[in-house]
Amino acid sequence: MPITEQDRNGQLLLQLEGGLTIFQASELKDQLLQALSRTGNQIELDLSGVDELDTAGVQLLLALKQEAANQQKSVSYSHHSPTVLAAIDLLNLAATLGDPLLIPNAR
Amino acid sequence: MDMDMARDALVQESRELLAAMENALLEIETDGVSSEAINAIFRAAHTIKGSAGLFAFDRIVSFTHIVESVLDRVRTGKVQIDDAMLSLLLNCGDYIGALVDAIQNRTEDTEPDADRRAVLEKLLGAHLEPAPAVAEPTASSLATTAPDHGPGTEHIEGSGGVDSDNWHLSLRFSPDVLRNGLDPLSFLHYLTSLGRIVYLHTVVDTLPALSQMDAETGYLGFEIDFESDADRAKIESVFDFVREDSQIRILPPHSKIDEYIALIALMPEPGRLGDILVRGGALTEVELAQALDQQHDQQIGQKPLGAMLVEQQVVPEAVVSAALNRQKQSEDKKAHEQKFIKVEVSKLDQLIDLVGELVIAGAGANLIANRKKDAQFEEAAQSISVLVEHIRDAALTLRMVPIGEVFQRFPRVVRDISRELGKEIELIVTGAETELDKSMVEKLADPLMHIVRNSMDHGIEGTEARVLAGKSPTGMLRLNAYHESGSIVIEVSDDGRGLNRERILAKAIERGLVTPEQILSDNDIFRLIFEAGFSTAEQVTNLSGRGVGMDVVKKNIESLRGEVEILSKEGQGTTTRIRLPLTLAIIDGFQVMVNDEVFVIPLDLVIECVDLAGHDARHNIVKLRGEPLPFVRLRELFELPSLEQSRESLVVVQFGQQRAGLVVDRLLGEFQAVIKPLGSLFSGIRSISGSTILGDGRVALILDVPHLVQQTTQQQSLAQSGKSAGFLAHNKTVDL
Repeated sequence: MPITEQDRNGQLLLQLEGGLTIFQASELKDQLLQALSRTGNQIELDLSGVDELDTAGVQLLLALKQEAANQQKSVSYSHHSPTVLAAIDLLNLAATLGDPLLIPNAR
Repeated sequence: MDMDMARDALVQESRELLAAMENALLEIETDGVSSEAINAIFRAAHTIKGSAGLFAFDRIVSFTHIVESVLDRVRTGKVQIDDAMLSLLLNCGDYIGALVDAIQNRTEDTEPDADRRAVLEKLLGAHLEPAPAVAEPTASSLATTAPDHGPGTEHIEGSGGVDSDNWHLSLRFSPDVLRNGLDPLSFLHYLTSLGRIVYLHTVVDTLPALSQMDAETGYLGFEIDFESDADRAKIESVFDFVREDSQIRILPPHSKIDEYIALIALMPEPGRLGDILVRGGALTEVELAQALDQQHDQQIGQKPLGAMLVEQQVVPEAVVSAALNRQKQSEDKKAHEQKFIKVEVSKLDQLIDLVGELVIAGAGANLIANRKKDAQFEEAAQSISVLVEHIRDAALTLRMVPIGEVFQRFPRVVRDISRELGKEIELIVTGAETELDKSMVEKLADPLMHIVRNSMDHGIEGTEARVLAGKSPTGMLRLNAYHESGSIVIEVSDDGRGLNRERILAKAIERGLVTPEQILSDNDIFRLIFEAGFSTAEQVTNLSGRGVGMDVVKKNIESLRGEVEILSKEGQGTTTRIRLPLTLAIIDGFQVMVNDEVFVIPLDLVIECVDLAGHDARHNIVKLRGEPLPFVRLRELFELPSLEQSRESLVVVQFGQQRAGLVVDRLLGEFQAVIKPLGSLFSGIRSISGSTILGDGRVALILDVPHLVQQTTQQQSLAQSGKSAGFLAHNKTVDL
């Protein structure tokens, strides 16, 4: 999974692209851990490019949140793609993750 | 699907559901109340109502609605299920059956029995909650808990079901689930195709810190409240692939609170899980408090949950194992049901007709092969005919159904009648798996019902009379079925007072059926009760004794080419034995020839063939190995011209316990005969049961062996007793 990084005033903006599944989970975990250690206090993950998400991906997102909290830092997810929204909805995780979700207009 | 088909499907489905409902009710009566049985009853009523609603059959909908309301109160424990309630529900089931019949007969716009409906509705109404305006807290005569006593009071018993209508699924997948290429998310997606996820909680307790996390290990668990009409097996099947090392727990709607306790006990953080359950609506707060309380008590003792429950006498040990058994049985049954597909009967019949044609065509090909004297051709024809034989057998077994289909309606009948008569009667069913042709099953139901009613009404004595006679106070009625030499035998036995030989004889003489000077065997006398208008019951009861019936029974059985006999010992009981040919369509036949005519004898009934010339034969009796055997010459029977000829053969046939000989000119050997019924013109001819087409296109007649055997042995006893008038002569005129 390609990650593009931007630094905005000490806030790290990561953009995830493609799949967020067991195939990328291990590699991604290391990258996210690194990113977390590098940042001052805040990471924002842009999930708009995530077109595939499985349980491994979900628990990675959950674990990253926890880890950040443990390190007194904060991670937020934004621009959730429809795939991500569907999974969050199914697993009833909106409250657990705590990020504002942009609910797409009802079709 | 047009409306007619949909209507038929509705009728059939409703009947099946009613049967299931009845079974569940009887199960409650014998084994006590179980939530599963009550749910089964509720589901049946609910589904019937729903399907009838689709067609706007309002009569059935409105009636079933009331039944359903009462059942709902039973289910939630607000109304106790007792004897009267069981009877009432059984009656309601019958009435729904009548309404379903009306749909089938297209008379759904008229009420089948308005009076009965009114009575039932009134009785049902007594169990319903009074209308809010007149609600009084003292509705306790119905063993209800008034709703305003506070939420959850009805669950204080601890073993009651919880309120929730939803399934509760507790999923803890194995850590390797992801590595095995399975994604729990996709299971959940699939689950939504079976129903609606009311509430889902993702359990993240076991998720480690990111640095210690193995990204390819599954950590997440799920607690789901699920609303679905699917059955347990269906929901379980969603998780078939992961069941092995995952913990999948599925609690059906209205599960016992104990099951939730067990669930909570298994989880690392019971309190949290409890909260989850409450949040999802699986448990109410009160139910949770109660469950935790009980669990707390148990933890003091540090004993396994089951043992604690048993020790506290919350559940007797027997109940636990019984519940487990029952659950397993019903699961087995469900698994069993799924192995069936429904096929229209007409399609099966068409197949069997075709197989019949195939058999005939095959016989033709065989004949030609034999004539050509071509070894290779003959061999090929032979292997084809072996296959045809297998196909024939397989096709015929498609039509075979276990006789249990008929037997299963008797527990209810016996229950109702024994109550009506005030007798204690136990029903024992054996051999229910014995198979017979589907068409016979349908026609057997009425005759059997009659015999059973007779046995209970006249055969089995009242409790006091039984005790006086030194028998156990509970009468025994036994239904048995088994296969015997090409026939199926069905027996109805009771251990009652038996037939009274003298009374039957006196009655028969009074009615002019026999003359006083006739010498009759017990069997002949017992057979008299099948004569029209014969009844020895001194009292005509509601059930039997009006003398219509036993003759109808005999007629029905004979129309199936069967035979009915009665064995009885005074004071010890009576057995009615029905013997039917196994199939009505294709038989293995044995060809014989008289002059140029070919006759077919069902091979199952042939015992042996001997040369008649070497034996001492006169007056239609032959001495065979020192035993007399009555025989009949087919030539004489069918009045064929006699030929100059050297030898005759004797075919020994047996039906039931009786043997007889048939004398023919030549034996031709085995042959698969497709039975073609004779036209109605020949329905009066008793020596022939049907016809068949031979390989060369000629028609052969199939002999009615049971009748021939009976006739020959009767002629023999006639000759012996030297009497030509009376009962037997009378019998003969009836025959012709």
